[in-house]
Amino acid sequence: MIIFAILIAAFSGGMEAITQSALDSSMEAVDLAFKMCGSVAMWTGIMRIAEKSGIIEGLARKMGPVLRFLFPDIPEGHPAQKYIATNMIANVLGLGWAATPPGLKAMEELQKLNKKKDVASHAMCMFMIINISSVQIISINIISYRMQYGSQNPTEIIGPSILATLFSTLVAIIYGKLKYRKE
Amino acid sequence: MKWILVLSSIMIPLVIISVITYGLLQGINVYDAFAEGAKDGLKIVVRLLPTLIGLMMAVGMLRTSGALDGITRLISPIISWTNFPEEVIPIALMRSVSAAASVGLILDAFKMYGPDSFIGRLVSIMFGCTETIFYTMSVYFMTVKIKETRYTLPGAIIATFAGIVASYYLTLWIFGA
Repeated sequence: MIIFAILIAAFSGGMEAITQSALDSSMEAVDLAFKMCGSVAMWTGIMRIAEKSGIIEGLARKMGPVLRFLFPDIPEGHPAQKYIATNMIANVLGLGWAATPPGLKAMEELQKLNKKKDVASHAMCMFMIINISSVQIISINIISYRMQYGSQNPTEIIGPSILATLFSTLVAIIYGKLKYRKE
Repeated sequence: MKWILVLSSIMIPLVIISVITYGLLQGINVYDAFAEGAKDGLKIVVRLLPTLIGLMMAVGMLRTSGALDGITRLISPIISWTNFPEEVIPIALMRSVSAAASVGLILDAFKMYGPDSFIGRLVSIMFGCTETIFYTMSVYFMTVKIKETRYTLPGAIIATFAGIVASYYLTLWIFGA
């Protein structure tokens, strides 16, 4: 990207401007990161309380009916259920770092149930599509970026974000279910 | 549509209060846990900083060199039949390839148009409902050595597209153009 920008600038003769912009942007990044520390640390602090008090496990245990609907192929009580539930709850809360390890575990467990080892099973496809459509209730980073650039109401986007993310996940589920029926 | 904005304003306090109450009920040391998590949060920002410097520098240079406007102009004829703002297309495309690079573009959009502009709100909402498709897929499928991913990619693209369209109409509906 940088090389591309410099090449274009060389052709259009804007070398001073681009030098200036490189220096300005890097200072701006430090400024931004410095100010982000507050809101991000506040949020990860709260989320650590959630993690320690076992909210993730508690919510994951309540996911039974949802999992049975989404993944009818997984036998009841199979460890894959627990890992998928933990991954989903962590994603919803925006705990990316807590979501990936159980997510990968879930894939390993699904692979044990899979008949053709190099072809993705239905459960895997469904899990991945839902994972990528990403249900997240609060994205603290976006809120702190909005604060930094002078938004009057940085959190006003939370409600619409939740609706948009629910919609994209709903589409993901319908698509997965249709594919499942067909085969 | 008022209730959506109410939801926006109560969500963070609601989460904070329920988490702390639940933590106290479970008898854990809430303050220690908070301090520990906050420390991790600072580490996350520090780890983010080098990427942020690199990307903001790259995006800033692309913007100054005129390359970003060039890309937008290239794309605009394809989507000019919709009302979707063409400035957002590079961000939407980048989002499914690299989260970090799309953050660079989002910050650039905040700077150019302001976070409370139509574009600013649209990209904020869009960011939350999409994910880096290719990266996520390769990490997850590689751990179990799956070669054929069947309908995962089309499904992911359809869901992402639905999220982008939903973000557009929600922004229009709730905040107006």
